[in-house]
Amino acid sequence: MARISLSSLKHSYLPNPSNDADWALKELNLNWDDGGAYALLGPSGCGKTTLLNIISGLLNPSHGKVLFGDDDVTGLPPEQRHIAQVFQFPVVYDTMTVYDNLAFPLRNRGVDEKTVGERVSEIAAMTDLTEMLGKRASGLTADGKQKISLGRGLVRTDVNAILFDEPLTVIDPHLKFQLRSKLKEIHQRTANTMIYVTHDQTEALTFADRVVVMNVGEVVQIGTPEELFETPHHTFVGHFIGSPGMNVIPCKIDNGKAVLSGVSVKTSNKAATDVKQAEIGVRPEFISFAKKGLEVQVTKVSDAGRFNIVDAILAGNPIKLLVPEGSPIPSETAHIELKADRTRIYCDGRLAGLEGAA
Amino acid sequence: MLELKQVGKSVGGTVHIHPTDLAFEAGCFNVLLGTTLAGKTTLMQLMAGLEKPTIGNVHFNGADVTGLPVQKRNVSMVYQQFINYPNFSVYDNIASPLRVARLPDSEVKRRVGEMAELMKISAMLDRRPSELSGGQQQRTAMARAMVKDSDLILLDEPLANLDFKLREELRDELPKIFAERNCIVVYATTEPTEALLFGGKTAALHEGRVADFGPTSEIYRRPASLTSAKVFSEPPINIARVVKKDGRIFLNDEIHWQADKALSDGEYTMGLRPHHVLPESAQKSDVAIKGTVKVAELSGSESMIHFDAFGEDWVSLSHGVHPFESGQEATLYADVSTCFYFDGAGKLVAGGPVSEEG
Repeated sequence: MARISLSSLKHSYLPNPSNDADWALKELNLNWDDGGAYALLGPSGCGKTTLLNIISGLLNPSHGKVLFGDDDVTGLPPEQRHIAQVFQFPVVYDTMTVYDNLAFPLRNRGVDEKTVGERVSEIAAMTDLTEMLGKRASGLTADGKQKISLGRGLVRTDVNAILFDEPLTVIDPHLKFQLRSKLKEIHQRTANTMIYVTHDQTEALTFADRVVVMNVGEVVQIGTPEELFETPHHTFVGHFIGSPGMNVIPCKIDNGKAVLSGVSVKTSNKAATDVKQAEIGVRPEFISFAKKGLEVQVTKVSDAGRFNIVDAILAGNPIKLLVPEGSPIPSETAHIELKADRTRIYCDGRLAGLEGAA
Repeated sequence: MLELKQVGKSVGGTVHIHPTDLAFEAGCFNVLLGTTLAGKTTLMQLMAGLEKPTIGNVHFNGADVTGLPVQKRNVSMVYQQFINYPNFSVYDNIASPLRVARLPDSEVKRRVGEMAELMKISAMLDRRPSELSGGQQQRTAMARAMVKDSDLILLDEPLANLDFKLREELRDELPKIFAERNCIVVYATTEPTEALLFGGKTAALHEGRVADFGPTSEIYRRPASLTSAKVFSEPPINIARVVKKDGRIFLNDEIHWQADKALSDGEYTMGLRPHHVLPESAQKSDVAIKGTVKVAELSGSESMIHFDAFGEDWVSLSHGVHPFESGQEATLYADVSTCFYFDGAGKLVAGGPVSEEG
């Protein structure tokens, strides 16, 4: 295992990139600690797979370096990087037993059978495959096969990192739930460096210690799940993380403070004094109905079980509120309160007043 | 109205659908909820006339249509895979059912324009499907299914292959799109939250049987059976064997609480949804449950704590960030007033709104 560093990394699939849009991956610097759990999260086409392929060595970056520990591995082919990969579709040798599948990466490297046996039974126990070891892989269900892929990724003790590329996409939701928590449990027990690529916020946030949020080739924020939820640095992060996402409401700025339909709105940050137009960002979780305050028109209430999602119109803009199950919900005209320390001003999509904004 | 009367389907001696009675009314949104292989697709094919039932009859507006092939019924279907004519433009894709029906060009133009507007793909009408994002391709397929005023529209997990955020967006729009139409909509999904947000009516499906059918929020809050409660819980509902005696419910010798008066002495299976088991006590009547934490998944806004208590796998789902170490002993607090109690046959006998009324 090793620390992974990306230094001034950027990539274009074009020979002579000229403008911003030509870069599949815009310049990025980051360090991943040894033993950490990380996620790359973003919509289709955001550059996360490009980044993953650069780390695994399938793709050579146009600029910058990839370091494992202190070693520059930028020019090394995948097989010399000692990276294990788990893909979206399970890759198993159907005719082999589960045991032989798990043993394969070890035998390939000439590990003695005694060590192979010990290692395979350890990994099988971890992935709930012990009872299947004698069975042929072809007889297993999709999630069983994905567990084999997972187990094969874990079985080597000499890998620098394990990369997961949308590993749960083809798994049924109720099994996804089990595999997801299993993976987290395995990470905590083995302390492997794991990098998990997905478009699914639940998978990214529950798995990773730190999440890299990407959009159109750019890293928009890196943070713990809590930071991304509590303090989105960009309206994209606010929208993409959280379900429903953050409300983004256009507002006027008067001397750095937010004003909505002539009413001053308390926020935790201030805009620059020369700014006239901006946006207020506040999550549905941090808006509640109140006796007085901003006026809204309630347009729809959706029962989500644990809570209700309320659609309303605030100063001509659609917003959403989350109201706990059983709490009263007014109809038509009502008043709302925004939690001041969770309400923020965004200028051109970026959190106002943020030091060294990326 | 679409009625299934004792409709069953067997293939080579294997029962896919047990004899089923269901009635769907025009202008109503109906959800088929169940895991993969629960029988959702087969049931839809029986409704559409794509499959012939082995036994029973299908009636439409009072007329028996059991043997009538799909071409002779006014039915549309949308699948999980985006199916479009690759060589047609988006316009021609949407127009195709109307041209088959030999509608005049002016009418075709009017309807395609209207539908494209509704599905937010007006700007894409000249493009080929391959030039669209996944979400736009599925919108095109849905527009084609809806353009011809079908009596019955069947949607088989149409959002399953889309990015998380796109799914959220379309999930919000779909009920609005169908609200003005007087057709029967049947929507299959594996996700309880999706069923809840659509509202309407839900049929909980399990192993080829309808375990429950009725207004969605009633089925969720008052599942008729343990099977229905399991189908309609995400994360999975916490289950335990309990005994009622001396006016109390005993989970084991140490954990017991005041019983519902309506419940007679004997053995029951209790079900308790994860959001009613919390890391902090919320009210006096909460029951403390000690367990060993398997893994804590912290999403930044919610904490999902998987723990082992009295030999069962339980889950707690709470707001906020509540860190726990794997292997740690922890006490969680169950709001037992929200417990469901099921008898030996798995039938709901008390709990939820039932006990409040009694």
